Amino acid sequence: MVSIEYTKGSHGDITVATKKDVIIGRLPIMLRSRCCVLNLRDEAELARLGECPLDPGGYFVVKGTEKVILIQEQLSKNRIIIDKDSKGHLIASVTSSTDAIKSKTVFILDKEKIRVVLNQFIKPIPIMVIMKAMGIESDQEVVQMIGRDPRYGVLLLPSIQECVEENVYTQQQALEYLETKVKRFSFSYGSVEKEGRALSIIRDVFLANVLVRDLHFRPKCIYVAVILRRMMEAVLNKDAIDDKDYVGNKRLELSGQMISLLFEDLFKTMNSEVKKSTDNLLEKSSRSSKLDISQHLARDIITHGLERAISTGNWDVKRFKMHRKGMTQVVLRLSFIATVGHMTRILPQFEKSRKVSGPRALQPSQWGMLCPCDTPEGEACGLVKNLSLMTHVTTDDEEGPLISLCHSLGVEDLELLSGEELHAPNSFLVMFNGLILGKHRKPQHFATALRKLRRAGIIGEFVSVFVNEKQKCIYIASDGGRVCRPLVIADKGISRVKEHHMKELKVGIRTFNDFLRDGLIEYLDVNEQNNALIALYEGEAVPETTHVEIEPFTILGVCAGLIPFPHHNQSPRNTYQCAMGKQAMGNIAYNQLCRMDSLLYLLVYPQRPLLTTRTIELVGYDKLGAGQNATVAVMSYSGYDIEDAIVMNKSSLDRGFGRCIVTKKLTAINQKYANNTMDRIIRPQRVGRDAERMQILDDDGLAAPGEIIRPYDIYINKQSPINKEISVHSPAGLPDSAYKSAIQTYKGPRGETAVVDRVALTSDKDNNLCIKFLIRHTRRPELGDKFSSRHGQKGVCGTIIQQEDFPFSERGICPDLIMNPHGFPSRMTIGKMIELLGGKAGVSCGRFHYGSAFGEPSGHADRVEVISETLVKHGFSYSGKDFIYSGITGSPLQAYIFMGPIYYQKLKHMVLDKMHARASGPRVMLTRQPTEGRSRDGGLRLGEMERDCLIAYGASMLIYERLMVSSDPFEVQVCRACGLLGYYNYKLKAGICSTCKNGDNISTMKLPYACKLLFQELQSMNIVPRLKLAEA
Amino acid sequence: MPRVSALEMDDVPMGQLPPHIQLQRTRVFCASDAPTQTENIQYSGAYASMGVDNSFRLDDFVKNFRVEVARLDEDDIEFDMIGIDAALANAFRRILIAEVPTMAIEKVLFANNTSVIPDEVLAHRLGLIPIKADPRLFEYMSVKSDQLEWLPNGSEFQLVTDNSTSNSNSNSKPKTYTSFSRSQTSLPEFSEDSIALKHNDITIAKLGPGQVVLLENVEDEKAEELVKKCPVNVFDIEDIGEGKRRATVARPRACTLCRECIRGDDWENRVALRRVKNHFIFTIESSGALPPEVLFTEAVKVLESKCEQHTSVIWTDLTEDNGSTELKLVIANQKA
Repeated sequence: MVSIEYTKGSHGDITVATKKDVIIGRLPIMLRSRCCVLNLRDEAELARLGECPLDPGGYFVVKGTEKVILIQEQLSKNRIIIDKDSKGHLIASVTSSTDAIKSKTVFILDKEKIRVVLNQFIKPIPIMVIMKAMGIESDQEVVQMIGRDPRYGVLLLPSIQECVEENVYTQQQALEYLETKVKRFSFSYGSVEKEGRALSIIRDVFLANVLVRDLHFRPKCIYVAVILRRMMEAVLNKDAIDDKDYVGNKRLELSGQMISLLFEDLFKTMNSEVKKSTDNLLEKSSRSSKLDISQHLARDIITHGLERAISTGNWDVKRFKMHRKGMTQVVLRLSFIATVGHMTRILPQFEKSRKVSGPRALQPSQWGMLCPCDTPEGEACGLVKNLSLMTHVTTDDEEGPLISLCHSLGVEDLELLSGEELHAPNSFLVMFNGLILGKHRKPQHFATALRKLRRAGIIGEFVSVFVNEKQKCIYIASDGGRVCRPLVIADKGISRVKEHHMKELKVGIRTFNDFLRDGLIEYLDVNEQNNALIALYEGEAVPETTHVEIEPFTILGVCAGLIPFPHHNQSPRNTYQCAMGKQAMGNIAYNQLCRMDSLLYLLVYPQRPLLTTRTIELVGYDKLGAGQNATVAVMSYSGYDIEDAIVMNKSSLDRGFGRCIVTKKLTAINQKYANNTMDRIIRPQRVGRDAERMQILDDDGLAAPGEIIRPYDIYINKQSPINKEISVHSPAGLPDSAYKSAIQTYKGPRGETAVVDRVALTSDKDNNLCIKFLIRHTRRPELGDKFSSRHGQKGVCGTIIQQEDFPFSERGICPDLIMNPHGFPSRMTIGKMIELLGGKAGVSCGRFHYGSAFGEPSGHADRVEVISETLVKHGFSYSGKDFIYSGITGSPLQAYIFMGPIYYQKLKHMVLDKMHARASGPRVMLTRQPTEGRSRDGGLRLGEMERDCLIAYGASMLIYERLMVSSDPFEVQVCRACGLLGYYNYKLKAGICSTCKNGDNISTMKLPYACKLLFQELQSMNIVPRLKLAEA
Repeated sequence: MPRVSALEMDDVPMGQLPPHIQLQRTRVFCASDAPTQTENIQYSGAYASMGVDNSFRLDDFVKNFRVEVARLDEDDIEFDMIGIDAALANAFRRILIAEVPTMAIEKVLFANNTSVIPDEVLAHRLGLIPIKADPRLFEYMSVKSDQLEWLPNGSEFQLVTDNSTSNSNSNSKPKTYTSFSRSQTSLPEFSEDSIALKHNDITIAKLGPGQVVLLENVEDEKAEELVKKCPVNVFDIEDIGEGKRRATVARPRACTLCRECIRGDDWENRVALRRVKNHFIFTIESSGALPPEVLFTEAVKVLESKCEQHTSVIWTDLTEDNGSTELKLVIANQKA
């Protein structure tokens, strides 16, 4: 990163020197952003650069790994939110965030008294004390500001009384009272400006977003009054309580904001660091040269700080006391859709453990903004969300011009209003980004004027104007992080987008931005949507309609957009598919074969789905598919298809169905050492002991591409020097004896024959030679591999059957796989049935059929009637059921079979990676029990529940065998006298008790080693376990 | 067919089957909900009470069995087999799919492959290419193997053909190959880029047996509707005089059994969609190595040899324990 700095120099004569292009640090750049080299490149240029044109970008490359900074969801800042706390108290909270400070102010209604909770005070402060401290000593004025409705007065009375009980009447008294409540920090006890503490807290911390100039507290008072008024409304009317989960009250923090926050902190750290170092330098008495600050700029602070934060995901901003973990994730490269889906993911603000249903539930206000389907199952269900297809997240817009524009449109300034006038009927308060700007007498008029200006492009297109009739407020928002989406503007129910516009779009004269600029389309955020009447289709518009939806399928996100006919499915099925689509194997990117991923799953013959959706075309899934169109017969066959298992046709597998490539990366580093010696790679031995294991090595000592690599094969013939510390005068001339072998061997599963795909030589960050091997393994589907359709219907391969035994249709069509019909009734995935019909019609008429969500009225999805007609035209039954013959007997089946193509995904879970068995094997050192887990060749655990079963059954010998004989048997010497463990003396050939110092009462017995370990551990804690032996 | 109470049925002379039983015996009923009467009645005494012998007789079979070739060209043959049991017809199908040999590449030896397609995938693609070579001229090299076997030590044959693309100096490692070793024929495509291979993909033998449609009288306007209904043009209209017309099944072979003709209201009562049980339309599509008619004769030969094998086994058994003569008959039938 380059920046311009100017530095002051010299001793007596002060000159101002400027230095241009000083590097203060380097900033990782988001791919495909405006600063990225890939920005605005066309497909050919990207191909030349070796990049995939379909890659979504939006991530960072830090230390060689791709990292996404996930979108963070937060409650909106600087807004009043009325809520109930866990004890049922009504609270109003404002999270203030300014450039200088972040604070949270909570108003709490406890036993009818309103108090303010602020971090800086040790206990809640009565609200009237605060008001008095801000200079409003008259209770009457407070009541006036809140509104003269007698009900409000009644509600405020207890608070006023409380204030009187505390003997606070004047500003002075109030401040003194507050002074006693200020939290004292031990280290700054009794230090600077003791008196001003309370005042400065009230000024700077309390509602920090309302700026106070020269102790002019009036705006803050009015703000408090508005809060109180809203609280009282909420007391009187439960509906006035805000919904925390309402999307309009949420802000999404994007990577730009996150990075700017971090950068600001790092920049300030750097400044103070520079100051510290110059101070140190100036303190020194003898300085040879003149001081030049520019020499002391540490450029590492920013570079390293950003790099560390992005690669670890830990955001530590000390100034705002922010410590967040897991902000970044490694980009999922399992499939193309997983990558795209990863970029749209939104992380929740709450921790996942909370068992609350509210934030997890689907909010009606999510419509069109956040995908209703795409959320994980399990603990993060409903908390982690995904953006919809057309969602736009706003960025901060300049406030100044907007404020002056509002004033010129007739907003009466707050300063000119008395408390009485504030809530005068027929006038609306104007709130701008959470601040009270003033009031307006003609709210609708004002709102339409602003909207007109926005459509004309005079103010930013993402500024939202929202008239809240209930609160008598106009909310204007230009802050960042709001979600909004484009809608077609309609005048009196007639859409502004006309036929000729669409023609122009098709020809290419018009782009989406032209629509926006010409005022045909506008962005609405969640709040402003409440002022709009949006018709789903143009034909459904009524005269009151203000907007028309662009396309209903855009309410879904990228992952849910792959599902054909999702609106015919049971909703959880779509959610399951959203999770499974990310595990499907297929193509990752156009440059997938040039990448060096540590683990990559590819399909050998990926296909484009026969039944597509518009979303598929928009995101490019048709170019980077993750599945194959399989002809599916829905019938029972062989009994190996229970519990969702599928029966596969062996010939289909021979032809390449479900075949996949798995590549893994192996890395070797040619290390340099401190004493100038370094590892070396030498020519392999062609004869001798290791010759067989070195077969795959080339003459350069590295495995050659195209070679078959087996377990225990050496893939790099490396040697490292024995002496790594003591310096050597001629590192190059070390004799062979000074090296010891440091070969690396391949540790794959036995029997699997992988191939060395590519070998890459690079250098790592310490400039060591780094050699990477890509190992490829081609797999054919086998028993137990997992497959799934696009409707959340996963199943494993139950059996593989020869084609001649497979049923076949009248035309000789033989299915690729057979699915059990029991998968349908309980899952209710009608979409899958329609996909089958549409696919069948598609193959017979040669046209891709569509199944976009809710697409039937607009022609983005084919209707079943039309599909059936096509089927009939090509000689199939309208129902999609065929006359099928048994492949075994040759006679027809006594049922018509529903058969046709369905897009099937092969999921990454494969038996080969999971299967595991062990007879005897490694043991854990400490307990001498078998190890755990497949990777350590571990044993299979007989757990508590299994043990319970055996006890219940009475199979005591089996328990004995499992839990002791086959696990960790150990022979111990037990002293019958003291009950403690002794030892066996091999010289005397007798057991001896070390406590009794004799071998008189020793018995030999077997017990699990873990038991012996427990006894000894107990003994070490001064607990004596004594064994009492009895004759069995 | 309308259901009639058994009491109202006409008497049937001994030695004949009543018409509905006869239909059930010889036809598959394709109703709108599901096909019925799909199985053949095998038991010889199934109709003994009516004096009809249902046993399988070789001379009957020889008398009734017909093969009519409907279409024959270079790659395709379509012929009817009439008067044959489904099991036998299916046996031919199964043999054609699984047992009639076709030449294909089983093992591929890579000297150098720098294309985007990995070795295994290229080998797989090569294996899918049917080779125009008469397999009868070759002998099996190995016992039928279930899977391509990797020979990790490289070719067991130290590259006898030796295309000597790379001069191996004695110092370098011994030449081994990522191999599905042992090639039987050298293909011109061997070192070519694999893209060119794509266009040669044809698969072997397929068939679709048995289709004939029977029709009850359907008259006048309904007839025309019926003609319109069928998407594949099975029906035609015939004038039967007196201004009456009726639909006939003009092109029964064209029927794809889409069941459009029996869909809706009570069309099922007007049109009876049935299949003749012992009439099979065979379609064999050759991959090009052998003409399709030869393929079928090959299949017959395979079946024949199998039968012979079994008979010999059974004969040896029979000589041992002097078994029933019933078996002999079955074997004789099978042989036919």
